[in-house]
Amino acid sequence: MDLNYSDEELVFRDEIRSWLAANLPQDLREKVETYAELTRDDLMRWHRILAQKGWVAPSWQKEWGGTDWTPVQRNIFEEECGFASAPPLMLFGLHMCGPVLQRFGTQAQKERFLPRIYNGDDFWCQGYSEPGSGSDLASLKTRAERQGDHYVVNGQKIWTTLAHYADWIFCLVRADPSTDKKQDGISFLLIDMKTPGITVRPLMLMDGVRHVNEVFFDDVKVPVENLVHEEGKGWTVAKYLLGHERMSAGRTGVSKRELAKLKELAASQPGNDGKAIIEDPHFRAKLTRLEVELMALEITNLRFLDEMRRTGQPPGADVSMLKIKGTEIQQTLTELMMRAADPADLEKYEVLARRYFNMRKTTIYGGSNEVQRNIIAKMTFGL
Amino acid sequence: MNFESNEEQRLLTDSVRRFIDKDYDFEKRRKIIASPEGWDSNAWAALAEMGVTALALPAEYDGFDGGAVDLMGIMEAFGAGLVVEPFLPTVLAGRLVMAAGSEAQRRAILPRVASGELRLAFAHLERGARFDLSRVGAEAKRTGDAWTISGEKRAVVGAPVAGKLVVSARTPSGLGLFLIDTQDAELKRHATVDGMRVADVLLFNAKAELLGDGAATLAKIEEVNDFGTALVCAEAVGAMKYACDTTLDYLKTRKQFGVTIGSFQALQHRMVDMYIASELSRSMTCLACSKVDATGDAKERAHAVSAAKIKISDSARLISQEAVQLHGGMGMTEELKVSHTFRRLTVIAEQFGDEDYHLTRFGAL
Ligand SMILES: Cc1cc2nc3c(=O)[nH]c(=O)nc-3n(C[C@H](O)[C@H](O)[C@H](O)COP(=O)(O)OP(=O)(O)OC[C@H]3O[C@@H](n4cnc5c(N)ncnc54)[C@H](O)[C@@H]3O)c2cc1C
Repeated sequence: MDLNYSDEELVFRDEIRSWLAANLPQDLREKVETYAELTRDDLMRWHRILAQKGWVAPSWQKEWGGTDWTPVQRNIFEEECGFASAPPLMLFGLHMCGPVLQRFGTQAQKERFLPRIYNGDDFWCQGYSEPGSGSDLASLKTRAERQGDHYVVNGQKIWTTLAHYADWIFCLVRADPSTDKKQDGISFLLIDMKTPGITVRPLMLMDGVRHVNEVFFDDVKVPVENLVHEEGKGWTVAKYLLGHERMSAGRTGVSKRELAKLKELAASQPGNDGKAIIEDPHFRAKLTRLEVELMALEITNLRFLDEMRRTGQPPGADVSMLKIKGTEIQQTLTELMMRAADPADLEKYEVLARRYFNMRKTTIYGGSNEVQRNIIAKMTFGL
Repeated sequence: MNFESNEEQRLLTDSVRRFIDKDYDFEKRRKIIASPEGWDSNAWAALAEMGVTALALPAEYDGFDGGAVDLMGIMEAFGAGLVVEPFLPTVLAGRLVMAAGSEAQRRAILPRVASGELRLAFAHLERGARFDLSRVGAEAKRTGDAWTISGEKRAVVGAPVAGKLVVSARTPSGLGLFLIDTQDAELKRHATVDGMRVADVLLFNAKAELLGDGAATLAKIEEVNDFGTALVCAEAVGAMKYACDTTLDYLKTRKQFGVTIGSFQALQHRMVDMYIASELSRSMTCLACSKVDATGDAKERAHAVSAAKIKISDSARLISQEAVQLHGGMGMTEELKVSHTFRRLTVIAEQFGDEDYHLTRFGAL
């Protein structure tokens, strides 16, 4: 057993690190570090810089722009981006729609969409959840009825992140409402957000920012060539994506950066005795526990990557533990930051408190942590 | 031993509850916190009419001789309804006037507080002090009979709507408490994440009236602060009860997988733990309120209050987080009251000292 990076991996890491240092725009870095809201332009600017370098979608197939990196290298890259305070990449196109098209799309769909996703020409959003279908996603009702060479879509999606920025939405819709199993009869459709009949309405979250929306479909005509995979086989596509999603949910790079920031903050903020709060034994114990959790997550993450490297297989149900622990850690990080702030410093407290509020979402979305536990209980334990 | 409220306490609490149900629902509160003033003078007048503003003041100054136990039910109702009117700061500052002021000062201030005409706030916190009450940097200077104060007080709850401020400052004989007109200070106003109005209070040779100074001042501040801590614990209990009730309702109505989500045992147990935390918090609040009323022994009082605040801070965090989690995406929205209760409980967990502070304080007693 050797838990260290190999020499080649270290060289690779240094290459990434110095490239980031030279190419990540200072204003974007500052926005990320001060938790300022990132605009569509901010997000896309960073996307395009990476696309130009050829690093925006490392896990894609080589012919569409993938880098052929090993899982460990991909992880190093993500960690380094996190450390460097790079803006997040919008996952909906790069990590969701892109891989789906590569796996299930027709050649025409690949050629039409993949380069535009890669280059950041289109902004995508994800239309899965509905008011009555959250954890029980397969019960979704948004209807897509075939009429000649079109589907006519009617229904409603909810919680659609950044739909107000999006050019395209990929949706799970019900093509056939008469199937016995609710997982059957679902289709995976790509819909142009400019199509008549689509209404996007904002939903304000408790941090006071517009992140999510309701999206209404009223007789929206979608050409049949926008169907991915077969009609009624959308659930297969969704399940394929699930694995992808959870693997990137650990976000150890971002969490390590935030931990370093938390320590810096705690060293600068007063405790109750005139010394810095980081020296308060109670606070310190919480901080240390968090750091240990993060170390444990990081090594566990590496174990998964190593297994992927050795077997060439995607990870099994156990990756759910990365999502559970990764999100819990992200939440505790924001909680301790909020609590480290001098309560007399209203501005600082408010920024950190809002971030704490916002991060409550991480244990709810992407398959709630309860659902992730159900997955391990069922798939790993057979319970 | 008797945990029951008496007839008078019940009647008053009931009328406050009815008022909140009828005239201070969630929609009304939304409008209030979105308004430029951030509070509602009609609601304030109605509370004063019911006698709430007079309750914790002595009868000789038009009060009702009440204490924390008498206010418990009312604070709970405020917590459940997320009332933002500056009652707590007014009561605290009023009790400081009582504790430190002269007869003439009490007579000049307290009846006006009791009637609801005058709102007060206690300007004490400074940068770098965190929860340590003894850390005061503001300086009071005396010229002849007149005092002035210079310094910066931070995050003073209720200051934007207070007519007068009770301000702590250093004097040649130690720590002093002063009264100033709010208009003699420069205020930097903020609306906090829980919908309250606070201000940074900047004092540049501000005209001040000495209430009292000297060795006993810190003990007076501590006593009143413990009183406030007990009250905010009661407020938290009301907010927790609301969070538990509304989450339980949601578990019983929200359906996924063809059944109510409350049928999942994983969630049932979480709900039970929330409920237990809220009941234990209620118990500790009873203890803290009765001790701040009954005991002249500062150590015994501090022991009960810090214990209560530790329990309440832990429970506030657990219950607020679980309430949001069990609501799924709905719990994250501005539109649902539970997200506002979440925010108030987040702030309460730190108000008057977070559990780390009280762990240390309790441990040192
Ligand atoms: C900020 C944010 C952004 C989002 N972005 C998107 C997006 O871009 N696109 C999209 O399609 N969706 C998005 N979502 C939706 C998200 O995926 C859902 O909120 C999530 O699936 C949970 O569904 P729900 O909100 O309906 O909660 P519910 O499913 O109603 O769950 C309520 C509670 O019950 C629990 N629960 C449910 N079933 C079980 C069970 N069987 N056992 C134990 N506990 C259970 C849940 O864990 C939760 O605690 C977003 C959500 C949020 C909050």
